[in-house]
Amino acid sequence: MLAKRIIPCLDIKNGRTVKGVNFENLRDAGDPVELAKRYADEGADELVLLDISASLEARETIYDLVRKVGEQINIPYAVGGGITSVAQTYKLLRNGAEKVSVNSAAVRQPQLVSDIANEYGTQCIVVAIDARKVGEEWIVHTHGGTKPTEIELFSWAKHVQDLGAGEILFTSMDHDGTKNGFAVKALRKMNEELSIPVIASGGAGSKEHFKDVFKEGKADAALAASVFHFGEIPVPDLKDYLSDNDINVRRT
Amino acid sequence: MVAIIDYDAGNTCSVMNALRRLDADFMLTNDKESILSADKVLFPGVGHATQAMNALKSKGLDEVITAVKNPLLGICIGMQLMCDFSVEGNTRCLGIVDAIVQKFVPLNHDEFQKVPHMGWNGIVHSGDALFTDVAESSYVYYVHSYFVESNECTIAETDYNHPYAAAIKKDNFYGVQFHAEKSGKVGEQILQNFLNL
Repeated sequence: MLAKRIIPCLDIKNGRTVKGVNFENLRDAGDPVELAKRYADEGADELVLLDISASLEARETIYDLVRKVGEQINIPYAVGGGITSVAQTYKLLRNGAEKVSVNSAAVRQPQLVSDIANEYGTQCIVVAIDARKVGEEWIVHTHGGTKPTEIELFSWAKHVQDLGAGEILFTSMDHDGTKNGFAVKALRKMNEELSIPVIASGGAGSKEHFKDVFKEGKADAALAASVFHFGEIPVPDLKDYLSDNDINVRRT
Repeated sequence: MVAIIDYDAGNTCSVMNALRRLDADFMLTNDKESILSADKVLFPGVGHATQAMNALKSKGLDEVITAVKNPLLGICIGMQLMCDFSVEGNTRCLGIVDAIVQKFVPLNHDEFQKVPHMGWNGIVHSGDALFTDVAESSYVYYVHSYFVESNECTIAETDYNHPYAAAIKKDNFYGVQFHAEKSGKVGEQILQNFLNL
């Protein structure tokens, strides 16, 4: 049976792992290569490296970092942040990434999703979606959650699936950094509407939250950062707990 | 020396990294003599079956692969291309293994039937040397939308909606559908087993 995946996310700024709350107040969380290696050894199923560097110069360093991570770890990883072209995707895949994650660029230029899928296959294109509830509607935001669009979350998710996305990474901005649990209801709706896997992101604070996102939210994978970086929930403990609660996870 | 077949359709970087971690000597090559004289041949790949076959043919590698006498391991689409035919783009493949590559059919409202089949799933193997010291139901990493039907060359199966061929073997030709190069310690063991053949 396919295992539910646990995915630590490394937000990278200027070559260091950082973590903030609601996309703000960044705090240093260590060397990304060391952290990636530690997670792989602890039994994480996959990693996401998200480059949140502001400048283009800093962004160039991501290729080197992606290569170093690939030399060290024996599990898959995706890279996201500022990817706007097939050429960048090629460079990241050539440096060892399995997947790329596109976000704002997909909103600006949806064709990018199909271009990458056609060139390298749907399996390597993850569409990351940041959204928050505005009134009764979930609205997609871009540029690290700073810019609201007029796009509704579920129709957008369906659309990018049709364009060739192999996976959706959905971050609830309302839940991100709160440690009060994932956006379980929205995730359940998304998982019931889509035929591609969905990674849940935003709100992990306890082991119970992971149980809920898999059982109630029907997510295929759950992503978190600070609970892992700062040692609050060790990955092996989390897997023991999920397994005890009848959730199928990979044991190493 | 391990020859990794270079035909612009592989994520050869991950395979090279895995071999480096195993301290194996390898070369990335599309040279006929180098491939035919290598002790072991790795045939990785991602992407679309038609494009991958076209890339092989344009370099004459289709004929080189079928002529390999030493152990060869096809990974992911490499394994699929070793079969007769793929429904992906209705592609005639290398015809080493008498099997058809089919497409998973997605079914909504059931999280276990999404397509692509992406993530870690268990294998049940028949004790072939490729799986020496690999425990039953070990997890390996998959990303694919097409699968090889179980056939007489099957040496391991995985269940996703239904059982299918996780690994195949025909004479000196081996294939694994999962990404051994990204399957943690289990994957490293399988690659090491292949190198030990």
